[in-house]
Amino acid sequence: MPILTMREAISQALWEEMERDERVIILGEEVGVWGGTYAVTKGFYDHFGPERVLDTPIAEGVIIGAANGAAMAGLHPVAELMTINFAFLAMDQIVNHSAKLRSMFGGQFNMPVVIRAVGGGGRQLGATHSQTPDAVFAHFPGLKVVAPGTPQDAKGLLKTAIRSEDPVLYIEHATLYQTKGEVAEGEVLEPIGVAKIQRPGRDVTIVTYSKMLQVSLQAAEQLAQQGIEAEIVDLRSLRPLDMKPALDSFRRTNRAVIVEEGWRSFGVGAEVSARLYEEAFDYADAPIQRVAQKEVPLPYNRELEQAALPQVGDILAAVHKVL
Amino acid sequence: MYHEMVLVRRLEERSATLYQEGKIGGFLHLYIGQEAVGTGVIAVRQPQDRVITAYRDHGVALSCGISARAVMAELLGKATGTSKGKGGSMHLADVKRNFWGGHAIVGAHLPLAAGMALADKYRGSDAVTICFFGDGATNIGYFHESLNLSMIWHLPVLWVCENNLYGMGTSVERASAVSQIRQKAEGYGMPNERAEGMDVLQVRQAAERSLAAVRSDGPFLLELVTYRFRGHSMGDPERYRTTDEVRKWQENDPISIFRRHLAAGQQIGADELDAEEARVADEIEDAVRFAESSPAPEPQELFQDIYAEPVP
Repeated sequence: MPILTMREAISQALWEEMERDERVIILGEEVGVWGGTYAVTKGFYDHFGPERVLDTPIAEGVIIGAANGAAMAGLHPVAELMTINFAFLAMDQIVNHSAKLRSMFGGQFNMPVVIRAVGGGGRQLGATHSQTPDAVFAHFPGLKVVAPGTPQDAKGLLKTAIRSEDPVLYIEHATLYQTKGEVAEGEVLEPIGVAKIQRPGRDVTIVTYSKMLQVSLQAAEQLAQQGIEAEIVDLRSLRPLDMKPALDSFRRTNRAVIVEEGWRSFGVGAEVSARLYEEAFDYADAPIQRVAQKEVPLPYNRELEQAALPQVGDILAAVHKVL
Repeated sequence: MYHEMVLVRRLEERSATLYQEGKIGGFLHLYIGQEAVGTGVIAVRQPQDRVITAYRDHGVALSCGISARAVMAELLGKATGTSKGKGGSMHLADVKRNFWGGHAIVGAHLPLAAGMALADKYRGSDAVTICFFGDGATNIGYFHESLNLSMIWHLPVLWVCENNLYGMGTSVERASAVSQIRQKAEGYGMPNERAEGMDVLQVRQAAERSLAAVRSDGPFLLELVTYRFRGHSMGDPERYRTTDEVRKWQENDPISIFRRHLAAGQQIGADELDAEEARVADEIEDAVRFAESSPAPEPQELFQDIYAEPVP
């Protein structure tokens, strides 16, 4: 299988879907002439033209709003938010419109809009540019929220999202673009709302997604050297949330650690651990542990920032706590 | 148009009663006094033209051809309503009639209008999106972002500002740096016009001109000066304006003005207009009967329509 970076995988998905379906257009800040601030849409403007690759003003409300309107009218727009932190400027469009217009009007029309948003910390961008607010968006029924952690999923989930008749927030991690992985040849489609075991193991269940999947895989390597086999469940989608693989795994290992990059309070770990307890309380041999970001706005200083973000060591410590 | 204006007026009056009886829940914003705006503008739209408006949407919905029955059923939260009882007063829509809603977040439907127009332009259609909004919406960022985008992308949108002089209880003078809303279009180099909004014939002429301008040259802002005779919503104590002011505007009742036009033109006799009023009264009572006897949404409807695709 070919090895691709996340960036190549995302770019390929967009390119293939634009070739496949004329209803797909891209709009966002610097997606056209610039080629994307993360170079994901490099070459698109020249190939697909300014009618399909639209550079917008720096005005997130109208970027997502216009994408919503185009979706109402039957296009499949892919709107890019340069960072997910700017989604707060478009929160009303995402929460009150992308997620609600279909049901509020009794299902008269669909909202086939994809919002690509770049999230995550670790690049010394300071408190307002480094957030991982994925759980905030996963809170809202009507929206689908996906966050791939491998190139295969990045490609397959984006292609599915673009074909979907529902609104999908597609969260890319800013530090994963260079991450490489095998991507199947031919048509790559991954289902939204289906979690996946990324590494089998018998001793402990690690539930995670996105960047923390990669960090958890590193932790699992080290655990293996200590004779501990961690099973890693990749959620891939936060809404709909598929708990079956995590529950099945937990019932086998009886121990679970949930790893997320966002803050612990009211986060993905809180939701997943609650569901594990609700469904499989009797299987727990130790209290479920959560690894998450320290409850602070991320500072600029590299050492301080890294101290706030979950690291391999934090995962190892949590695993040892549940064993 | 006379039928339509009277239909809107009577439906609103009846809705107010039903609201007081507790049969309509939530918020209720009446269009009474502004009938000439929706009627006159929509009179000149072509079937391919999309219409989208804010939460004071009953009149525009009726003008787009939605039946009084479907509107009334939605107000009563019934399964036969325009939005299956899930939207309510502020969220009427019928996309088969190219009416894309009633939207209740002030200003938030302006970007939607821009996006729909983008889709039409992309497909090479000559459709125009007609977007109604109040004067209050022109102070929010969405208005400015949307006007700007429509100009730089040359989107076929007719922006129609229904300037009824108050954003809830705050007058235009107190809320907006310029009280002539059309001046805001100047900042974007957008052609514009401020016109009389109480006389449906003048509204129709202005709409005809501006719609033609959109089809040939791109976006246009039409400001129509109007007045709502009732409060912002049913729970409005109206402390912000005097009864004298309201009375003065009521002398400009759009229905009376149109009646005088029709009498002056001798196109139609007073008895014919009275007969029309009687027909409207019957239509409204039929709509109320229909709505009251319609079934409520089934309990399982709670989980329907949220996603287009089945969710695991």
